[in-house]
Amino acid sequence: MRNRAGEITSRVWLIWGFVFLYLPIVTLIVLSFNASPLVTTWAGFSFKWYGELVRDVVIIEGFLLSLKIALMTATASVVLGTFAAVALTKFPRFTGRTFFSGMVNSPLVMPEVIIGLSLLLTLVSLQRLTEDLFGVGWPDRGTFTIWIGHTLLGMAYATVVISSRLREMNPQLEEAALDLGAKPWQVFFLVTLPLISQALGSAWLLSFTLSLDDVVLSAFLSGPGSTTLPIAIFSRARLGLNPTVNAVATLTVLVVSIGVVAASLWLARIERKRAREMAAAAKN
Amino acid sequence: MSAHVSTAAPAASRWLDRVVARLGRKFVIGVPMAFLLAVFALPFLVVFKISVSETEGVRFLDLLTWVDGMLQLKLRFSNYLYILFEDALYLEAYLSSIKYAALTTVICLFIGYPFAYFMARSRPEARPALLMLVMLPFWTSFLLRVYAWKMLLADNGVFNNIALALGLLDEPLKIMHTPFSLTLGMVYTYLPFMVLPLYANLVKMDIRLLEAALDLGATPWQAFWRITVPLSKGGIVAGALLVFIPCVGEFVIPELLGGPQTLMIGRVLWDEFFANNDWPMAASVAVVMVLLIIVPLALFNKYQAEQSAGGRA
Repeated sequence: MRNRAGEITSRVWLIWGFVFLYLPIVTLIVLSFNASPLVTTWAGFSFKWYGELVRDVVIIEGFLLSLKIALMTATASVVLGTFAAVALTKFPRFTGRTFFSGMVNSPLVMPEVIIGLSLLLTLVSLQRLTEDLFGVGWPDRGTFTIWIGHTLLGMAYATVVISSRLREMNPQLEEAALDLGAKPWQVFFLVTLPLISQALGSAWLLSFTLSLDDVVLSAFLSGPGSTTLPIAIFSRARLGLNPTVNAVATLTVLVVSIGVVAASLWLARIERKRAREMAAAAKN
Repeated sequence: MSAHVSTAAPAASRWLDRVVARLGRKFVIGVPMAFLLAVFALPFLVVFKISVSETEGVRFLDLLTWVDGMLQLKLRFSNYLYILFEDALYLEAYLSSIKYAALTTVICLFIGYPFAYFMARSRPEARPALLMLVMLPFWTSFLLRVYAWKMLLADNGVFNNIALALGLLDEPLKIMHTPFSLTLGMVYTYLPFMVLPLYANLVKMDIRLLEAALDLGATPWQAFWRITVPLSKGGIVAGALLVFIPCVGEFVIPELLGGPQTLMIGRVLWDEFFANNDWPMAASVAVVMVLLIIVPLALFNKYQAEQSAGGRA
């Protein structure tokens, strides 16, 4: 009797929780097909806003720029994140370890306005310094500076994902390779990296989406002419409701959900295949 | 003679391997360390420096200067005095940021704990799908999801329309740009950050402990409060910090969903920088904000370090 009541509470709580999480997303999708620009009236089903989107130069250029930055960010984040994760999981003692782990973890929670402002002021100081020294100021605000900021954030997330995978990995596999005469760098490339490939994939996707979505860091670090998609959306959203934003949202949701589901299925398949191969190898 | 050569060669190659391994280790630690020092640690020093710098036009003067053969250090604390004593707006914004962040954390815990608990106790086959469902909104644009609440809550938005059509309301209710819409947006955005660490903690819990408590005569309610909750303390702390710290400095949600009464320090900093172009003032606001979150931040770092130590053991 008691158990049954528990079961029902559990169902109801989970269902309402998911309704809460998905209600805004469903709203965006439904209203993106509304012929009327007003939220108030449903004027019939229409692809009108998608048509406007295709002609919207700010959105298209913003999207291409965001895509470019996201690709660069994801790649740099995974490389730096792998380094940091290996350092934190494999080397229990080194000078400045506590400080290092603090620097890796803090961007996860540090308010973005603080990261954005401090990084911008540093880059501007550097630009002034190089101008005084060499006559040419570097770096200019734009794609490069946004990339640096996003990579700081992406790297923190990548490190969490990769180091949790490294920790649950069986250390005997690496030890066996070392015993059999492989050099540490060979062990890393031939044993460790293939074993954590799924985590590398998730970390790449996570930092990719973080970068594609970021407003605050981009706003601080962007220069004239480097309007990313979120900056464009944000400036419209601030002014009020805008139906083309709904169309962008629907497309994003569609692409991201398909991408994430497909990627996780694919990565899970690779993982299973590897597990099978390892089991077969163990039998032989 | 030949025997001598054959032992020397492996010794040399072993020495070389050791050197390569040591250099590799230095490289693996050094690259991310250098990156973080340059783009994370150094910027804090720069912000502090600029917050106490004298300005001349758009340039910040050096703190240290040689005057008549003497090294002179000039610090300007007027921004801090202004923030702390002269204009009440700043202190109010700090206090109300902490208030909203704390409120958001409590509500997230209240909704998120049962949510994570029921997820962790659901059938094992269902868990990956449930986890995916929690993560999926997290992958889709946070900005667009916050924007969606604007459409739901606006005076002529979805909720008001439905309520008016059903006759529940005679005139539209003012929900948008109120403390309510701000808190709702923050709870909505940060709920997954509470659920995920709690779920990770609860799913690992040893069920036999609960069974033992029940066998020894505890009611399920007692077992929950005396066994489950204390054991999930780590998850609660992690979730609370993951919600509280970023909420203190949140900018996008207050900007889109908050109103004139909901003053938050993230917005104040943004305006100092983008609207007033007062960089030293923005830097001072940031430094005070860092001081406010430094204790929770240290707790968070300690927790993360313990997590990794626990995982290794």
